Amino acid sequence: MPLNVYYDLMSQPARAVIIFLRLNGVPFEGRPVALRKGEQYSEEYQKINPLSKVPAIDDDGFKLTESITILKYLIWKHDLPEHWYPRKDLKKQALVNEYLDWHHFNMRFASAFLFRELLVVPRLSGNPVNDKKVRELRKNFVKMISDFESYFLKSNKFIAGSEISIADIFAVCELTELLACHEHGLYENSPAMKAWVERVRQATNPIFDEAHQMIYRAQQVYKKPTAKL
Amino acid sequence: MPLRLYYDLMSQPSRAVYMFLRLNKVPFEARPVALRKGEHFGEEYKKINPFSLVPVIDDNGFKLTESIAIVKYLIQQRGLPHHWYPTNSPKRLARVEEYLNWYHVNTRLPSAMLIQHLLIIPKTTGKPVNHAAAEKFRQRVATMVTQLEGYFLKDRKYLAGDEISIADIFGACELMQLNACHEHGLYESSTIVKAWMERVKKDTNPHFDEAHQMTYRTHDIYKQIAAKL
Repeated sequence: MPLNVYYDLMSQPARAVIIFLRLNGVPFEGRPVALRKGEQYSEEYQKINPLSKVPAIDDDGFKLTESITILKYLIWKHDLPEHWYPRKDLKKQALVNEYLDWHHFNMRFASAFLFRELLVVPRLSGNPVNDKKVRELRKNFVKMISDFESYFLKSNKFIAGSEISIADIFAVCELTELLACHEHGLYENSPAMKAWVERVRQATNPIFDEAHQMIYRAQQVYKKPTAKL
Repeated sequence: MPLRLYYDLMSQPSRAVYMFLRLNKVPFEARPVALRKGEHFGEEYKKINPFSLVPVIDDNGFKLTESIAIVKYLIQQRGLPHHWYPTNSPKRLARVEEYLNWYHVNTRLPSAMLIQHLLIIPKTTGKPVNHAAAEKFRQRVATMVTQLEGYFLKDRKYLAGDEISIADIFGACELMQLNACHEHGLYESSTIVKAWMERVKKDTNPHFDEAHQMTYRTHDIYKQIAAKL
């Protein structure tokens, strides 16, 4: 039985998983779950993931959630190249893990909350965008980017050093969500950040661009908020 | 140079690392950092960790932040028993990782925020307790407990399987924060979660109790503190 991967390309962690699997030629069957239609709450999907999140996998009966876990599991299982997630070099592995732990409350939180406040909250509530909240979230985000740059990226090509790892893919997929709401200037303002995002894109293209089709489309469709949604 | 651990037992992740090292007889130099005195914001500590957080290790010059990354590194580096972090079995490892990734936003965030609103914010700012905010996090803790029961502890003695792992250490230390502010009813109301906590305590004592001295003390004097808030 093949590996089934449940995903939605609007979900940052799901996107990261799809990009990685396709890049490494891991055979899988893609099972889209439309978050905008609430499919993650359906009875059918609850059998796959009772926690109602994407991505999730079913590897010949072995079900697993949490994107970072999914990739580590598949890297260990298929013995994928060391640089993606170091298993021999424990110090390099520790640096990747250090980033991936910090990622949850920092990269993911700051990016996702800004996206949510601009695009999701107004649609769900019918209210106009809360400008005060957005200004606060932008400030938060910029501080987080500065912390990321000074502690994790430094003057490296990638987070773990000279080679790309899963840390870079997860980080960049959070940032690219902001393309959809035109806030990518907040990180592109930094030449080092802009260069690193582009480096990750180049290292994973054309799969990167394919996985980002929905984001690029949303970017064209969404207009910066000046009126009620 | 021995392993140095910078920590404060008021911090749940610090407690987890401290307890884990003591349990596994990993020798280390204890460097307590008094969060309540703001020592983590001092210039001296910023050289150790520019994010001003605990815990941090310095392993013969190799500095590492993020408690979970720290523990994973030491388990592999020092050759500690596999059940803590089963790198010899991708599926068992995946279950440990799955909890530890879910944990940040689901266990840590609501438990930590509940005590922030009930105790830490009012005590440090002098403002009255924000009961609405506390209630919001109380609800999220309750949801988290049902997910622990229904997903992670379903048919299992421990969070990731039939043997204790670091998932249990981190999970238990976060829930103990609820004991400090008399909210432990939120998890003790689940017989399954309560039994699991007892199991973890039994497996890790006397180090569990040693690491939780400050938590127990806060629990004892909480009513007096709360009366003054």
